[in-house]
Amino acid sequence: MGRVPHYDAIVIGGGHNGLTTAAYLAKAGKQVLLLERRDILGGATVTEEIYPGFKYSVASYVVSLLRPDVIRELKLAEHGLEIVPLESSFSPLPGGDYLVRWADRDQTRREIYRHSPHDADLYPEFGRLMSQMARAVKPLISMAPPDPTSLNPKELLELAKLGRYFARDLEQEHFYSLVKLMTMSVADFLDEWFESEPLKAVMSSSGIIGTFLGPRSPGTAYVMLHHFMGEIDGVFRAWGFPRGGTGAVAESIASAARSYGVEIRTSADVEQVIVKKGRALGVALESGEEIYARRVVSGVDPKRTFLKLVDESHLPSDFVEDIRRFRIQGSSGKVNLALSELPHFTGLPADGPHLRGFISVGPSIEYLERAYDDAKYGAFSRRPYLDIVIPSAIDPAMAPPGKHVMSIFVQHAPYNLNGGWNDAQREAFGDAVVDTLAEFAPNIKDAILHRQVLTPWDLEQVMGLTEGNIFQGELSLHQLFFLRPAAGWARYRTPVKNLYLCGSAAHPGGGISSAPGRLAALEILKNWSKPWSS
Amino acid sequence: MIQPYDAIVVGAGHNGLTTAAYLAKADKRVLVLERRDIVGGVTVTQEVHTGFKFDTWVHGVGWLHPKVMRDLDLAHHGLEILRNDPTVFAPLPDGAHLTLWQDGGKTVETLRGFSSSDANKWGAFAERVAQVAQILEAAYSVTPPDIRAGSFDDLIKILKLGGRLRRLGRRNMMEVIRLLPMSVAEFLDEWFETDVLKGTLGASGISGIFQGPRASGTTFILAHHHVGSPKGVFRSLGLVRGGVGNLSAALAGAARQHGAEIRTGAEVEQVVIVEGQARGVVLASGEEIAASQIISNADPHATFLGLVGPLNLPQDFVQKVRNIKFRGACARVNLALDELPSFTSLPGDGPHLRGVISISPSLNYLERAYDDAKYGGISQQPYLEASIPSLADPTLAPSGKHVMTIAVQYAPYQLKQGLWDDAQRELLFDTVVETLTEYAPNLTGAILHSQVLTPLDLEQEFGLTEGNLNHGELTLDQLFFMRPVPGWAQYRTPIKNLYLCGAGTHPGGGVAAASGYNAAREILKDA
Amino acid sequence: MLRGTPFHSRTSALCEGQNWRRWAGYVVAGSYELTHEREYYAIRTTAALIDISPLHKYRIHGPDAVRVVDRIVTRDASKCAVNQIMYTPWCTDAGKVLDDGTLWRLDEQTFRLTAAEPNLHWLLENAIGLAVEIEDESDRIAAVALQGPNSREILKLISDTDLDTLGYFRLKRAAVADLPAIITRTGYTGDLGYEIWVEADQAGRLWDALMAAGRAYGILPTGILALDIARVEAGLLLLEVDYVPARQAEVASQTSTPYELGLGWTVKLDKGPFIGRQALAEQKRRGLKWKFVGIEVEWESLERLYWEFGLPPQLPTEAWRESVPVYSGRQWIGYATSGCWSPILKKYLAMGHLRAQYAKPGTPVKMEVKVEHQRKQAAARVVKKPFFDPERKRA
Repeated sequence: MGRVPHYDAIVIGGGHNGLTTAAYLAKAGKQVLLLERRDILGGATVTEEIYPGFKYSVASYVVSLLRPDVIRELKLAEHGLEIVPLESSFSPLPGGDYLVRWADRDQTRREIYRHSPHDADLYPEFGRLMSQMARAVKPLISMAPPDPTSLNPKELLELAKLGRYFARDLEQEHFYSLVKLMTMSVADFLDEWFESEPLKAVMSSSGIIGTFLGPRSPGTAYVMLHHFMGEIDGVFRAWGFPRGGTGAVAESIASAARSYGVEIRTSADVEQVIVKKGRALGVALESGEEIYARRVVSGVDPKRTFLKLVDESHLPSDFVEDIRRFRIQGSSGKVNLALSELPHFTGLPADGPHLRGFISVGPSIEYLERAYDDAKYGAFSRRPYLDIVIPSAIDPAMAPPGKHVMSIFVQHAPYNLNGGWNDAQREAFGDAVVDTLAEFAPNIKDAILHRQVLTPWDLEQVMGLTEGNIFQGELSLHQLFFLRPAAGWARYRTPVKNLYLCGSAAHPGGGISSAPGRLAALEILKNWSKPWSS
Repeated sequence: MIQPYDAIVVGAGHNGLTTAAYLAKADKRVLVLERRDIVGGVTVTQEVHTGFKFDTWVHGVGWLHPKVMRDLDLAHHGLEILRNDPTVFAPLPDGAHLTLWQDGGKTVETLRGFSSSDANKWGAFAERVAQVAQILEAAYSVTPPDIRAGSFDDLIKILKLGGRLRRLGRRNMMEVIRLLPMSVAEFLDEWFETDVLKGTLGASGISGIFQGPRASGTTFILAHHHVGSPKGVFRSLGLVRGGVGNLSAALAGAARQHGAEIRTGAEVEQVVIVEGQARGVVLASGEEIAASQIISNADPHATFLGLVGPLNLPQDFVQKVRNIKFRGACARVNLALDELPSFTSLPGDGPHLRGVISISPSLNYLERAYDDAKYGGISQQPYLEASIPSLADPTLAPSGKHVMTIAVQYAPYQLKQGLWDDAQRELLFDTVVETLTEYAPNLTGAILHSQVLTPLDLEQEFGLTEGNLNHGELTLDQLFFMRPVPGWAQYRTPIKNLYLCGAGTHPGGGVAAASGYNAAREILKDA
Repeated sequence: MLRGTPFHSRTSALCEGQNWRRWAGYVVAGSYELTHEREYYAIRTTAALIDISPLHKYRIHGPDAVRVVDRIVTRDASKCAVNQIMYTPWCTDAGKVLDDGTLWRLDEQTFRLTAAEPNLHWLLENAIGLAVEIEDESDRIAAVALQGPNSREILKLISDTDLDTLGYFRLKRAAVADLPAIITRTGYTGDLGYEIWVEADQAGRLWDALMAAGRAYGILPTGILALDIARVEAGLLLLEVDYVPARQAEVASQTSTPYELGLGWTVKLDKGPFIGRQALAEQKRRGLKWKFVGIEVEWESLERLYWEFGLPPQLPTEAWRESVPVYSGRQWIGYATSGCWSPILKKYLAMGHLRAQYAKPGTPVKMEVKVEHQRKQAAARVVKKPFFDPERKRA
């Protein structure tokens, strides 16, 4: 080969998964270089002071799915990570009514009872089922998924174990509930339980986040479960806000990585993965510099990795076809606001605990479904679904004293907008968001000091997320487990030897979980000696 | 009480008749009880207007298990299935049209007129769908394994199906697994670029369900309707000579020949249950008939919440039955015509009228039709599947005249403003005729008589819950070991000696006699 | 914010120690005085007034009311005479107890069910297709328990009905302090006592009248700490403490059937189909693996354990409610779920789940106690419940 590798491993992309993989590899004694195109780390997990004094969690905005094992194993608390729980979920309704789910079960029961006594009885039971379901899929989430077509005895054994688990160990009714969750629409699934429209709406909204689907689309029940998998302090279902914004997550992982000896270079744009005879040897930067390593790990999405960084001639045509058709259409946008005062929701006090949790604008299933209808035919939703947090209400350091920042996650905004995205469309989209919010919190328009609008197109341009998809690939049934990102290539390896994937496009998928990053590192380490000799 | 019968079958639909025939063939004393005065359930041909015979609800048989055809010697009992060629004719408003044929070469020729890329991919596409359909066909002839019981039999069944998959080879196997949960829109978008082709193929992915083509699992429905079709032949109907009623007649003939007794005009009001065991039935007349086994061809909702009653069942089972999604979404408009419709895109008579006439210009057309229904409205521009059976079988209409039967989707059972009424039926009729007239302008003037049938009619006339022809939606969560309800997919029920044999059980509607055939096998095991 | 009960304006004025406890989404007094000792003795020697409004109450009315109730509960509702009350559990299909409470027959077509947990959904679910109306009366009805040897005399003063003819587990409609009320001869103390049920907006007047009438009889507002001791002495079960209701169980092994809770006498297998019947019949045939028993810790053994540390026995002042292992020799044979020092009996009592072969009264067992931070085992034996059963309860 002739080249002396400079490093044991190069990780492309300084998103939270890339950083996680780098940290785990270095912790195992490997010499690791991490390359990030932008001048800041974090990928979509960044905090930036776009407007003086106001810190925006630009793209991702809450943490739920971050694996506790990652926090423990990389000692992230020692590296400055502090996650404050977001305990309530507040949905304003037309006419000044509302539904709030609180941390306290009696208080939540009373509130749901107001909307439906029937649902109040069932709500705790549903929560128990979901946490049981999240536990049921945990073995699946915390392993590299075995390939059912494989003839490799080790994988077959894993498969048999998994089969045994689902057929025997799991309680019968739980197994059936799991099948339903995998196949049903979130609206249908919730219809089996609840009757209250506002409750169903707010619960179903987690089934469409990050997807190009509506609540009546089959497959969305699983996405809801995916969002139930968040744990903080080992408690299922809790969501949190990292002090200092989501960028603090990336910073703490980066700090951990550095402490294990990872070398991190920012403003280093990888142009190509150098492949010879089916083996990845290193990377070439845009500057022309070439760096060699024993392993190359890509944290960027598979489309970018295989259709841009790797020359197609090194890949089997089936695989290229699979990557081409991997569905990754972005469907969400982000609006960040700097506010002179808190939003005042009709029917509730100007300042109150309801502002310290999630604020979910999507009062009915029909509302959410219509938002999707617009997007299906290539328009952004005229009345979109909004998932809002006010980080400064939890961590006052995010804004100047008395002022606030607001993070608004917006759905749907299709990447392939009719006529394409441009400045006018972006502003029209921002207006639709603010107008929708103003229906429920009329003071919002006058309180805005600054507005940042990010369309899926912007997310692609700025963060490098292909088509602006926050999960690096839709969480649809045919893109999960052993099919993620491509059939037969779910175990972080790729058809190119020594080239691995570690981003959200890999199993088990997106969210700030660091699970793909961790599992990829473990898989790489497990086989460290093998591919070299084979 | 003397016990003259070994088995009573409640309902003489095609599945009930199939079960009855098999049981009788095994020397059981069988009584079939049918509420209406004709057999066949929805598989009937009726002379609604003098001289015009409508296939009221079903205008073709999809897949009829070849084994059933042989075992019951249905040909001998007068069943003849005609294959339509072309299979489908899809006119477009701009004057173009798409025709798919029994012969793959001819289909490719047609496609070349739209897109050479699509034409080139046709062969591989046909191969792929055939692979999926083969797997389904194998799965449809077995009782779904009870994966939880883990019995040896069940294990063998799973391994056999797995083995069949594996024989396809690694790549194909992955493809099959990947396809089943996909939406038909995603699936077709991966292959083709011609809108009308995608719309017309995609239509079989939504047929009979309350979902649009972007719903995951609709690729499965496409494959489901392809089971039994030769490779590359899509949307083939299987017309029955003399009308679909002849299928029922043939099945009834076979059952009678083996000694089954069939009573029409005998409405079963209740299944008699003593100490958790079914002992017989009570008719509306008050008559009580005893039997060792009771088999219900009614849908699970009607069976358990109606004939059995929730008080006789475990609470969690009742809950599961109540959670079955029915949501009938299809209506029918049947027309007696003075003359054949003449399509702008292909005027006059011709072979194209012998196929299914499909109004499905694009996937978005279908999706928009669903959008209306999603919020409780009738599709403003519905998906239509029409056929003119009198062309293949002139006995169905007076000479020179024709019958046209049109399946309309979506016409939801649950309308936003409440139940179906005359105004809504009229609206439906107008919408259908207006839609078709856009493509065939002479249609309006040719209508002599008409019949409009809504999901509510289906419920009221046939007792089908929410007007669902398939006795429960064919969606991924209601298939195989989840059908009719999780844990009870082996045709047995929590009531000892009570069985189900209708389309509410695996493999469900759209495939003739398969549920009845599978049920008979299980019932005989217990007898 | 948690809610106060309809008596809150009265109870909050009396609650000296601000010792509030949560109960089904309400706050109620743990004890009114700084310690609950006097309140306990009021239950046993004079009269105690206890706010029990947080109980869930449901009204089941209609031609099919008996059918609905009989489908749900394990006892035979058709045998419940008008004005009779039955204590009953209800179960899942697997025979696991969901909840327990009292079932009252108000007239031929009307029942009231009291419950610890919300049960509206369960009732509605099982009433589908039947001619019956179900109303959640929980917020509409306030209830107060008047318990203790003097309770009858006090109630006589302000009610217009003959209490001497009101039998144990019977009810009467009456005017109490001129308010329309229902008086039930029930309670959670195992003593003579009544519970009085009125519309929530009349709660304050009822309280005042009872307090005034009871003054000469030593009435004392009493919190749930004292109640908890009394109910252990009476051998009465507490949901979520002595058993995990099936709906809340994480795994099936946490749940119990009525037989396993010593409630076999409430299961009427012959009455016709009801939820859980098949599973319960099956269990009855096969026999039990677990039983719920009374345990009495031997005083001498306890004394000896503390003696070694130079201490007199340290006794809990409140009833405890955590799981405590029980052994036979070195073998773990079960667990106690609640217990207390009985001030009246001068005994250390517990209740718990033991493997069936150890459940016979008189069987010697060992219960874990913590003495000076160390785990020790005190000698104990299985005894019959109730521990305290005065004749006046039924008289």
